[in-house]
Amino acid sequence: MSAFRFSHTALDTAALRAELTDPECGAYAAFEGWVRNHNEGQRVTRLQYEAYAPLATREGERVIAEAVGRYGLRGALCVHRIGALPLGEIAVWVGASAPHRDEAFRACRYIIDEVKHRLPIWKKEYYESGDSGWVNCERCAADAGAAIASSAAPAAHGHAHGPRR
Amino acid sequence: MQRDKLALEYGGQPQLARAMALLEALVERSFISVRADQRDDPQRSAYTCITDVLPEIGPIGGIHAALCAHAQAAWLVLAGDLPFLNAATLQQLIAARAPHRLATAFRSSHDGKPEPLCAIFEPASRAPIEAWIAAGQRCPRDFLAHSDVELLTLRDTRALDNVNTAAEYLQARGEFAEHGAAAAGNGAGRTVAGAKRRLNIQYFALLREQAGRSQETVTSDAADARALYAELSATRGLKLRPEQLRVAINETFADWSQSLSEGDTVVFLPPVAGG
Repeated sequence: MSAFRFSHTALDTAALRAELTDPECGAYAAFEGWVRNHNEGQRVTRLQYEAYAPLATREGERVIAEAVGRYGLRGALCVHRIGALPLGEIAVWVGASAPHRDEAFRACRYIIDEVKHRLPIWKKEYYESGDSGWVNCERCAADAGAAIASSAAPAAHGHAHGPRR
Repeated sequence: MQRDKLALEYGGQPQLARAMALLEALVERSFISVRADQRDDPQRSAYTCITDVLPEIGPIGGIHAALCAHAQAAWLVLAGDLPFLNAATLQQLIAARAPHRLATAFRSSHDGKPEPLCAIFEPASRAPIEAWIAAGQRCPRDFLAHSDVELLTLRDTRALDNVNTAAEYLQARGEFAEHGAAAAGNGAGRTVAGAKRRLNIQYFALLREQAGRSQETVTSDAADARALYAELSATRGLKLRPEQLRVAINETFADWSQSLSEGDTVVFLPPVAGG
């Protein structure tokens, strides 16, 4: 199975973890991105994800191949949700296994950062106020300067996710 | 406009013939609504006509006459002057029909009001329409706005744009040569200049919402992706600027200056927000 996938249904993290088990590995790290109830001062009630799947899948596989090469991973996997997601749901899951922990941690960080910046995936937020908006899009439609800044540094506007402990 | 609108040609086919061909594929029987003085018009008399019962009250008279002629039938009412109308839009209307209401209609993509001339009128609408006319009202749009109507959002936002002036006609005919024939699945009489290519366009996220569709086939002589986006942003109302977007051609990230070939799939990518 592809090392990067989309899923229309909730993720089974135990099954994903099981795909990475390997007796050669002393370390496994995973990252979960969750649907958060607020963003940029607005109360968020749910999200809608949409992707240009053929291109995103190919680019996602490239990101994982890069991580494997850079950090000497034994296994790596990323699954991104698509469709409507309620609060608390896992939107994206990254797992990496390696002989030692430093590589597994760093690889997770690399994969999630690159996935957020490079893959054609879009997120629409629905707010408590009844409004909705495409993250990184509505703002730049309104303001050219901000738009260019946000596509150059999407981390400034994207959802912040805490790493799994 | 002096010309008879129904005789206007798009893609080499008179508007009336095109509209009837679209309809006939989807309904049990089809008719033309005529005023008494139009009964002998050769273009119209080629079809089964229904003559207005109440004269001189405009389109609502035609709808009323149809509801009288076959009182048990639901009527898909269609204007003759919709050059961008396509089968997908009629299928959307039919699929969403709400028979327990008086009518099923689209919201205008221009002013949000109901569009009476691409709508389904249920048999139960006859009595309220008669009352409406009796009260001195004539506007079928206002009738729908004040009635229990199922209102739909047009997937193809331009499908109901009509043509009322000679200038609009010439513009629409030009645009029809580029877009309409492909959208309607109707290649009759379409001429394509040497440099024109058929391109598949897919829209995502904000651009999908602005374009009012997720994909389309267009015929364009745009030399590269940049020129194609300029063309589509004008015709489809795309409001993001090219410097905010990336472009993909045939499922690969591409440069804006990459030239386009027949059959290419082009996607303009709004700022991404995965994770």
